[in-house]
Amino acid sequence: MTATCNAGNGIRYDLRLVASWIPQGARVLGLGCGDGALLHYLKTRKNAVCTGIDIDESCVARCIERGVTVLQGDINEEVRDYPDDVFDYVILAQTLQQIYDPAPLIREMLRIGRQSVVSFPNFSHWRVRTMLALTGHAPVTPQLPYQWHDTPNIRVITLSDFRRYARQVGFRILKEVGINTDRQDRSGKTVRFLPDLFATYGLFLISKEVP
Amino acid sequence: MSEYIQHDQLGESVGRVEKRTFTFAHPPASMTLACGATIGPVTLAYETCGRLNEDRTNAILILHALSGDAHVAGTYTESDDKPGWWDFMVGPGKGIDTDRHFVICTNILGSCMGSTGPASIDPATGRPYGLDFPVVTIADMVDAQKELMDHLGVHRLQAVIGGSIGGMQALEWSVRYPDRVASAVLLATTTRHSALAIAFNEVARQAIMADPNWNGGNYHDGKKPDLGLAVARMIGHITYLSDESMRLKFGRRLQDKADFSFNFDADFQVESYLRHQGRKFVDRFDANAFLYITKAADYFDLERHYGGGSAVAAFAGARARFLVLSFTSDWLYPTYQSRAMVKAMKKNGLAVSFCEIEAQWGHDAFLLPSHRLSGIMKGFLDGDSDV
Repeated sequence: MTATCNAGNGIRYDLRLVASWIPQGARVLGLGCGDGALLHYLKTRKNAVCTGIDIDESCVARCIERGVTVLQGDINEEVRDYPDDVFDYVILAQTLQQIYDPAPLIREMLRIGRQSVVSFPNFSHWRVRTMLALTGHAPVTPQLPYQWHDTPNIRVITLSDFRRYARQVGFRILKEVGINTDRQDRSGKTVRFLPDLFATYGLFLISKEVP
Repeated sequence: MSEYIQHDQLGESVGRVEKRTFTFAHPPASMTLACGATIGPVTLAYETCGRLNEDRTNAILILHALSGDAHVAGTYTESDDKPGWWDFMVGPGKGIDTDRHFVICTNILGSCMGSTGPASIDPATGRPYGLDFPVVTIADMVDAQKELMDHLGVHRLQAVIGGSIGGMQALEWSVRYPDRVASAVLLATTTRHSALAIAFNEVARQAIMADPNWNGGNYHDGKKPDLGLAVARMIGHITYLSDESMRLKFGRRLQDKADFSFNFDADFQVESYLRHQGRKFVDRFDANAFLYITKAADYFDLERHYGGGSAVAAFAGARARFLVLSFTSDWLYPTYQSRAMVKAMKKNGLAVSFCEIEAQWGHDAFLLPSHRLSGIMKGFLDGDSDV
């Protein structure tokens, strides 16, 4: 994601949850990996073999400084160089909403990785719905803190939209979790009751459609 | 590369260092070069900092660029006020930490800073080689360095690190001796010269060869081709800077005058700067060595020699972890050339990190103190220890 690089201790709740899905020693590619917090966590705690891609120089520099292998570049371009199935997991954490043309990227992710993790802020959260309905303004929330004119998030996605997109593009959803996080995303919990309404983020584990 | 004069305190100095030499290929033995010729004996000037650990796993070989030398860091004497060319990077606690690593830097074969080159005495004639010195390649330079590593008892290098022509040597090491290189740091370099880079080198060489004093390379008994070498250096300096850096550094400002002189003196600061750099260079560098090293750089073509024209095939045998760094304003080896090598490494499944560093100082940026550069270097080298 294009967010600024946090050197902070501990990683975000949603990233911890993503990490819990990754087995020991996995080969992982992190797209839009930011300052490399998740990849560093996976490298040190899960002994994963990690590579990240991010477009921002200072984020890339921070990754290398902390020992994370990383490439500076456009994720849409960079994914094309990898051979098929070279990664166990390709992670697109909170970046989907910034992708101009998501379908080719998701297809590439599923080509180069056996499974992929995609997460994004849920635009059907009740706070988003009520803000638009009651105030008439484009929603601004802790998860979507930008004004309409300065947001890097060019796509608004709901959990339900993503499920429908899976059918359209043709990929399988292996696992789906909605989470509700605090304002700083430091802590949170999974949402089992009406996640479409109560989850601030959606996390999906996806794979190629089995013919 | 230019003689940079800026040093800032990115850590303490490595202190006193000593210039050493190593000579091999004593007759009747000899060293066979890529062109088929043989030479011997071959001497390399080198310098080391830090200590080789018991396992011999902490050695780093630093490879200098066109006009560099073995003096990478520290000082020779108490009164020496000019530290080595990469002093901000190499030292205790610095980007290349001499408390942890055993650092070796050696003057390249074909140079004139203590290693065997065209200005050395040809044992067959007792006179300087001049143009009888065989044309050497980047691979020949690396082969000579390998002899030195064997002599120092270093079988496997933790890292080879080089910028520009030094980066070419690091690339050559990584594909020529893949089992002897754990990682490689390639700064502002290319797998092969563009036509632009060859063109600049050719104009520089023509400047030297057009100087009547050059005399077919045989000038050791008379006047040296100082004018030609100075012009060659001026051309080089243009390629090391950038449009932006020249605009910031000089603009159209005049040198010590309020108006044009209406003659052909150096009116502009940029003219004065280039003349100064040219004059300074002839005091320390040999014109023939300049011809030989630029030719080696022009001949360097990793794709052709190791991949039948394909960059992907060229890296097929490489096994090192790579760090590739380019600089935004480098127009000699622009970022697209770094990206091309990164792409080829990726396609081979090699672990590679790449960063394009925002820098206004052109190709020379890797020689200028930068916390970002030092931090990246340190992080990458530390990353080695847990692989």
